[in-house]
Amino acid sequence: MIRGEHIVKIFDGRRVLDDVSVLFDAGKTNLIIGRSGSGKTVLLKSLVGLHDIDEGNIYFDDLCYTQLGFKERKAVRKDIGMIFQGGALLDSSTVEDNIRLPLDLFTEQSLEEKLERVNFCLKRVNLPNANKLYPAELSGGMIKRVAIARAIVLNPKYLFCDEPNSGLDPMTSIVIDNLIKEITEEYNITTIVNTHDMNSVMEIGEKIVFIHEGRKWWEGTKHDILHSDNRELNDFVFASAMAKRAKANM
Amino acid sequence: MMKFLETLGRYCLLMSKVFSRPEKWSIYRNRIMFEMEALGYNSIGIAAIISIFMGAVVTLQMAINLESPFIPRSLIGYATRETMILEFSSTVVSLILAGKVGSNIASEIGTMRITEQIDALEIMGINSASYLIMPKIVATVLFFPLLSILSMVIGVFGGWLVAGFTGIMMPDDYVDGLFYDFRIISIIYSLVKIAVFAFLITSISGFFGYYAQGNSLEVGRSSTKAVVASSIAILIFNLILTQLILI
Repeated sequence: MIRGEHIVKIFDGRRVLDDVSVLFDAGKTNLIIGRSGSGKTVLLKSLVGLHDIDEGNIYFDDLCYTQLGFKERKAVRKDIGMIFQGGALLDSSTVEDNIRLPLDLFTEQSLEEKLERVNFCLKRVNLPNANKLYPAELSGGMIKRVAIARAIVLNPKYLFCDEPNSGLDPMTSIVIDNLIKEITEEYNITTIVNTHDMNSVMEIGEKIVFIHEGRKWWEGTKHDILHSDNRELNDFVFASAMAKRAKANM
Repeated sequence: MMKFLETLGRYCLLMSKVFSRPEKWSIYRNRIMFEMEALGYNSIGIAAIISIFMGAVVTLQMAINLESPFIPRSLIGYATRETMILEFSSTVVSLILAGKVGSNIASEIGTMRITEQIDALEIMGINSASYLIMPKIVATVLFFPLLSILSMVIGVFGGWLVAGFTGIMMPDDYVDGLFYDFRIISIIYSLVKIAVFAFLITSISGFFGYYAQGNSLEVGRSSTKAVVASSIAILIFNLILTQLILI
């Protein structure tokens, strides 16, 4: 379980996150949705500690993350996997080296054991023979899959995904969504996905939090979202012409 | 002034993070070797080319300006040696490397910052500042003095070549001048200087890259700032170290 209480984040005097309190369920795929610039990436990065929050507290299970020192935070971060919007693979390293890096730094495994784990993760994301490729040689979908493999290599308890579908075609997006959902269930990970893709919401969303203008505007399940009377949420969910027609026929 | 002090404070804080205990020495050792090749070994060419031509030009200028029967011709070799050892092989080579290596470091780390690669390292629990900057600093502080020695040798050789091929002086006179009043302190002074300059170039460029923000345009600006700041720092520390060591 991940809990944020009264989170405030201020950039240059502007409250980008304003008193956001959220609870993300353990072992589920939790979604943060909202328009571009609504503050969802700032919320995600605040939860993992990449942004220091100005007010409030963040809890990982019962551990108050915001009150931990540098070393204790580092220890918690080893339980966190994160998939960034652009993949954030190290350009100068091969796929294998990218995935192996956390193993090299934080485990005492032999090279054979590490390679076995790397190959297992690559196979899990359906990229069994990509070990020696560089990020520049990969497609957008492959980069995301390698990022997933790197995120799960240390068996994390928490998985954070920042717009994992951005820049991908609808088919590949579904593949990535399903992969995230399968991994969440398989390893009982608490997953938080940041997205503005309604397909993702309907495919994998178990708990959904809607952020609007830096505030938590709505939360519920994917079944509730279609029947909400929240105007801002409806504007977001039914923004496309196709969605509007579908709503009219409901 | 306040902005300068704030930047200096951030630089010091970053350095304290850079020199905190590494996660695993073996990984850092490999990275230091890699950086030695990337930042040091790959700079041999430019250092050698510039040194040979500068040595030749210094010898020519000395020969043209010391046309007097009262001044021994061997003084040309002596002056070339002193110029190459005291200033060129450390300060001028460092200024050139600030352009080549400094911009490389700032743009590499800056690109990693804006493409969230540094965030990815942090999330893995890695001290990104130490992992990215420390191996570069260690590699350059160890390797640049070797470049300096190479520059001294090649520069002096350039002078000997021009003396021999142009006939402006006898090569034997040039060699006599090279060995005249040779003091080891000059070499030590030069090597200490370039080791300090190596630290300045790498740490300042790493600092500007690490705190790059925005887009590729900002990375370019950070790279330029890194070169300018490194060059100014080299000139200031050149003055300080000369005062401390030679006077």
